Amino acid sequence: MWKKVYEWLDERLGLNDMYTNLLDRPEPTGNWWNTLGSASLFLFVMQGLTGIFLTVYYTPSPDHAYDSVQYIMEGVAFGWLIRGIHHWGATLMVLVVFIHMLRVFFTASFKYPRELTWLIGIGLLLMTLGMGFTGYLLPWNQRAFWATTVGTQIAGSVPFVGEFILKALRGGPDLSALTLQRFFSAHIWMLPALLAGLIGIHLYLIIKHGESHFPSKED
Amino acid sequence: MSGSNELSRRDFIKVTTGIVGGLIGAAIGLPTISYLIDPALQEGGKDVWVSIGKFEDMQVGVPYPFSFTRVQVNGWERTSNSFGGYALRRSDDPKDLLILNSRCTHLACSVNWSEEAQAYLCPCHDAKFGIEGQVLDGPPPRPLDVYNEFRLSADGLVEIFSKAG
Ligand code: HEM
Ligand code: FES
Repeated sequence: MWKKVYEWLDERLGLNDMYTNLLDRPEPTGNWWNTLGSASLFLFVMQGLTGIFLTVYYTPSPDHAYDSVQYIMEGVAFGWLIRGIHHWGATLMVLVVFIHMLRVFFTASFKYPRELTWLIGIGLLLMTLGMGFTGYLLPWNQRAFWATTVGTQIAGSVPFVGEFILKALRGGPDLSALTLQRFFSAHIWMLPALLAGLIGIHLYLIIKHGESHFPSKED
Repeated sequence: MSGSNELSRRDFIKVTTGIVGGLIGAAIGLPTISYLIDPALQEGGKDVWVSIGKFEDMQVGVPYPFSFTRVQVNGWERTSNSFGGYALRRSDDPKDLLILNSRCTHLACSVNWSEEAQAYLCPCHDAKFGIEGQVLDGPPPRPLDVYNEFRLSADGLVEIFSKAG
């Protein structure tokens, strides 16, 4: 019975083909360093899920942001767990994505035909850093407030357009409710959407080209 | 290696991945369910006895005004609600009290006792209630609400039972 259902679906969806091409595809002999890309993907999914759950209680307003985070930590069952995963996952994700990039660099996997995979990877690293930067403000505590004050000031030191960049990031000359709201929007909508799209292309390219061979002594 | 009953390396990895994945999923998934439904499991505000004044301060036949506030906490938000009313002692018997809620039964303005008119007057649409809360004039559809549950504490305070909220 289930076999029939599966066959019916497979004929129309190509489940078996998907399985062989996506999960059972041949890989060159590698080592644990080759798993860091998948680890990054896993962390992204975790951040996405825990982030969505955080928005159930989190409120991006200067009046309530701090209290709502406090409530997540102390008032809601397992709030500390969800926020803890999101909090530590954020740091871990930056770390893992960065080491993934180092491994690609040291095995020279960015060469033809994988230049685009590499370029998109740089975009992914920048977006991940952007997620960390925008997320850091959201708890609206002293540390978050001053970190963002300094961070946006650094962006504002760019010659000529610095002033404009600073105002665009803050939504005005000072840190305000507008800053919190636009950081929230960037953190939960814009950056994740871009990140998901770029990850899609990144993975497509990896499957299309297969993974690079480990360089041998002659290389 | 293959062809035997022993688990192949590939199958071993598949099974292990499945089990570890399932464990991680359960370890995070179950707490998440609890996290999401938590507010539904919380008890609402509590019912409490509120003291409204000393019995001996209340004169027979003269409405005695009282008020109190109750704070409701919803997550990180606190709302305070004010309540008020008048206690009317009809005789020396502490059970013979009429405790009215001053919330107008028309559109919820606060009524005030007027000595001259010997009535409760509502500032909003000129309603008039008698000393027992009955409607004398104006738009209200029913008499003033009554706090039916009250008691006299050991130290002579009149307490009313205030429901959640
Ligand atoms: C779809 C994805 C995501 C959503 C919907 C999301 C949502 C949220 C929300 C609502 C908060 C505020 C609650 C809090 O501060 O604890 C938050 C905080 C934060 N997020 Fe995310 N997030 C996502 C992904 C990420 C990623 C990929 C990173 C980083 C690499 C990240 C880094 C952070 C950081 C550093 C904080 C501050 C944590 C803290 O100090 O508590 N987030 N996120
Ligand atoms: S609210 Fe009292 S008369 Fe309308």
